[in-house]
Amino acid sequence: MDSLALAIGVPLIAALAAAAFPARAQALGLAGALATTVASLQVTALVWQQGSLRSEPGGWGAPLGLALQADGLSAALIAMTALVALATAIYASGYFRPGNRPREFWPLWLLLWTALNGTFLAADLFNLYVNMELLGLAAAALGALGGQPAAVAASLRYLLIGLLGSMTYLLGVALVYTAYGTLDMDLVAAALRPGPVAGTAMVLMTGGLALKAALFPLHFWLPPAHANATAPVSAALSALVVKAAFYLVLRLWLDVFTPLVTPAAAHLIGLLGAAAVVWGSWRALRAERLKLLAAYSTVAQIGYLCLFFPLLQATPPGTAREDLLAALVLMALTHGFAKSGLFLAAGLVQQSAGHDRIKELGGTAQHLPATTFSIALAGTALIGLPPSGSFIGKWLLMTSAVQTGQWWWIAAVMTGTLLAAAYVFRVLGQAFNLEPTPRRFLTQGRTELPALLLALTSVAVLGLAARPLWQLLQPGGAA
Amino acid sequence: MTAQFLFGGAGLVLFALGIWSFLVHEPLLRKLIALNIMGSGVFHLLIATAERGDLPPDPVPHALVLTGIVVAVSATALALALGRRLEEEDPDG
Amino acid sequence: MSLDSLLPASILLSSLLPGAFIFLVPEENHLLRGVLNMSGALLKLLLVGVMIWGVFHGHVYETRLTLAPGLDLVLHADALSVLFVTLSSVLWLVTTIYAIGYLEHSPNRSRFFGFFSLCVSATVGIALAGNLLSFVIFYEILTLATYPLVAHRGTPEATRGARVYLAYTMAGGALLLVGAVWLRALTGPVDFVQGGMLTGLHLEHQGQLIAIFLLLIAGLGVKAALVPLHGWLPQSMVAPAPVSSLLHAVAVVKAGAFGIVRVVYDVYGVQLAASLGLLSVLGILASGTILYGSIKALSQDGLKKRLAYSTVSQVSYIALGASILGPVATIGGLVHLVHQGIMKITLFFCAGNYAETLGIHRVSEMNGVGRRMPWTTLAFSVGALGMIGIPPIAGFVSKWYLGLGAVAAEAHWVLLILAASSLLNAAYFLPILYRAWFCPTPETWPEEQIPPRRLETSGALLWPPLITAAFCLLAGLLAAAPFSPLEWAELIARREYGL
Repeated sequence: MDSLALAIGVPLIAALAAAAFPARAQALGLAGALATTVASLQVTALVWQQGSLRSEPGGWGAPLGLALQADGLSAALIAMTALVALATAIYASGYFRPGNRPREFWPLWLLLWTALNGTFLAADLFNLYVNMELLGLAAAALGALGGQPAAVAASLRYLLIGLLGSMTYLLGVALVYTAYGTLDMDLVAAALRPGPVAGTAMVLMTGGLALKAALFPLHFWLPPAHANATAPVSAALSALVVKAAFYLVLRLWLDVFTPLVTPAAAHLIGLLGAAAVVWGSWRALRAERLKLLAAYSTVAQIGYLCLFFPLLQATPPGTAREDLLAALVLMALTHGFAKSGLFLAAGLVQQSAGHDRIKELGGTAQHLPATTFSIALAGTALIGLPPSGSFIGKWLLMTSAVQTGQWWWIAAVMTGTLLAAAYVFRVLGQAFNLEPTPRRFLTQGRTELPALLLALTSVAVLGLAARPLWQLLQPGGAA
Repeated sequence: MTAQFLFGGAGLVLFALGIWSFLVHEPLLRKLIALNIMGSGVFHLLIATAERGDLPPDPVPHALVLTGIVVAVSATALALALGRRLEEEDPDG
Repeated sequence: MSLDSLLPASILLSSLLPGAFIFLVPEENHLLRGVLNMSGALLKLLLVGVMIWGVFHGHVYETRLTLAPGLDLVLHADALSVLFVTLSSVLWLVTTIYAIGYLEHSPNRSRFFGFFSLCVSATVGIALAGNLLSFVIFYEILTLATYPLVAHRGTPEATRGARVYLAYTMAGGALLLVGAVWLRALTGPVDFVQGGMLTGLHLEHQGQLIAIFLLLIAGLGVKAALVPLHGWLPQSMVAPAPVSSLLHAVAVVKAGAFGIVRVVYDVYGVQLAASLGLLSVLGILASGTILYGSIKALSQDGLKKRLAYSTVSQVSYIALGASILGPVATIGGLVHLVHQGIMKITLFFCAGNYAETLGIHRVSEMNGVGRRMPWTTLAFSVGALGMIGIPPIAGFVSKWYLGLGAVAAEAHWVLLILAASSLLNAAYFLPILYRAWFCPTPETWPEEQIPPRRLETSGALLWPPLITAAFCLLAGLLAAAPFSPLEWAELIARREYGL
């Protein structure tokens, strides 16, 4: 069967099964997570071999039917989603206690995964809209799972903001259809002529997506929503859901609205990104709670990704541009792994201490050595220190900034780096105190190991063995 | 042709009204209604593009609008459910 | 992949892998932890021995890992890296023994030794780095791995010291990174080449090259404790003695000094650096640091603080050697990399012994300690006299070559600096020796923790300073012998100047 359809169908069927048999939701959920991982990695493997994939399930064909497609960019994000979501699912199976609503968790979790894969694989603009909406609904419902008023209120706001973003995006889609009579991304790109309609559509779609991607100054909804959700949900929201919206902005700017991307437009995104880096890092430094810190750090990290836009715009097609794009993807992946690891670890700290107020977290290193280690590793990646993947990303980002003469972005990167070091070590500094020696490195393998492995991936794997990513992103495939 | 412009223009006006209302009004219900009005505006515009003069109307926008309505209804339902949960927790607020 | 390309990686892994496992060792399993520590240290020493022999005979050892297209992590053994690798591996072994003794009853030892091994791995990585990117990577890892060691004790003082340390080193790392990226963007991959990588290139961006040099030196100067970037060093003396000894006397400050040497000789090339006027900038910075550190040391009553300011001063001899054009001064600076290391580690071991055995932390408490702890005080005296530059101890050799090099380069002001610094060294070390040997012993010590038995303190604490004190003597007495630090420094200088 069609591997692209499987990557969407498997989690959807598993979600339905988990909803239909609530008594066995966890077992079904875990099995579904495993199966979805296999299906997702198969897509990545096929893209690795063939360069790109396209399929039209149902056989209707464009413009009426559904079309799915995958290239290196989507394959990389699908693989990251699979690994992060699988690790988080295993964590969740140990994290939730009875009475903590695990039953509703699993169907929604798999639905979220369906929507993520759907977003990464969709080939037309409307299909993307549907997937984004499904993603928003599943994410908001998951965010409210904890049941505390703060979580419900934040999720409600998140849902409404998300709907506002989707409606704006949809208006852009309608304009595109009015002008070009098609919604398939490749066909729109081929037909696109610069002009007021295309410009308005681009502004509307980018604006709607920027709201969902929490691009500064549209980030205000993110910190409460991500900080108040339960740990596995926070991990998915910060590491994956925000990335999906960012992926769409990237896709639209790189592949669809290419002729409209002027230096001024790219610089605007870059400037917003720089502001996000500085503002998000500063707020993270001032945050009183660990999860709020992690959430603000996401705002900053999305900012780094935006800094690539003016550089990509200024770099002519060729090796340098491919390197730059790969660096962008590498930073996005590193953030995905690091941030999910950080949120999962923060959840364990919260569970063990009963709160996550940073000032009162003394002795964590003694109670939970492995978890403290995860926070440290994830922190290394968030700061962008070697040997993490984001170090390579920043190195290439700054090299390109020098080469294109846009050296001012270096100032933003370094300010963000130093602020990130300050907020990460504000947490780690608390970990050392006079408590007695820990008994064991690992106390609760089922929850501590996934967090540790995610954080370790962001540092050791993506930092030292990222070369396959370059091969995956090559237009013709690696093999 | 005039009817088409009228329909599409009305859609844009609805969308703008919806955004205005969403940003200005605090209560949940008003925000939700505003979002639905924005949605209707977009659907108007899509329906307007379906008109092709003497040819039979383009089916694609119809399919899009139908899907869009389903999505909007589900989102509204979820928002209402969350809002009700909040009211149960805190009847005064 | 040949054996030659595996050797640098194996040297790195011989401490990295044991370090990773040590984190997992249950706290009470002293035996397993000790075995992991010692087998790693001995294996590393063995591999380094092979490397010394090979590099001497012109072998090329290189491990290369491509991180991304155009970005290679390179471990490459040349004569200069071997000098630093040997120093850190020998001293790691000695310090490990010392640390096992020093931390015998303290908590969190698995964490301590885990990070300790990571630090040594990072230092070895710095020594073997074959290009600027690899150097930056290991330089930053060293910062990360030392932070938990400075904060190890968990007292408010320790966390404050660690915070200051981190603030300085992170800022320095950022400057270094910007300089490295800028240079990379200007010239392509920056490999370390004997004689200078930029030497052969046609250069038009002189202004940019000067700015980059200053960025790099500022970034490296933080770890090398060049004034005014030295503020972290006295603060981080709150760390346990083995950390102060190995890291702050050897690994961290040396990483900075070593980096300066690399940038001057193997990136810019000493001729180009001189023609751009950069050597005089470095010389002024180094001289200022030498004098300032010595003057500050005079007024410190805390023994470790006095030693810390002495480190600030002494490490800059290396930079001073690099700032004088000519092979003789180069030899003086390079050999001081080793000599300062063995002398300073001896002094820190002894300071740790006084603190652990008798609770002595201040110079004013050291009256008559030579009679209670003669062997420790003997080792301390060797280190202190060496620092002043009394023959035949190692420090004399360094100062002699620096002086000769200054005369050869007609930089006579350097002689003044050397003379002033030696006088100041004497002024802050001799009173300590006088108190220890000639003042009457007090009735009670501040806090006597280890009663005198057959030895004056526990064996694991006593042997390491005696061994390193013996190194100080041997390095001076046998300076002309084959494979002595001096001979090796001459080999490096010949290769750098293409003689």
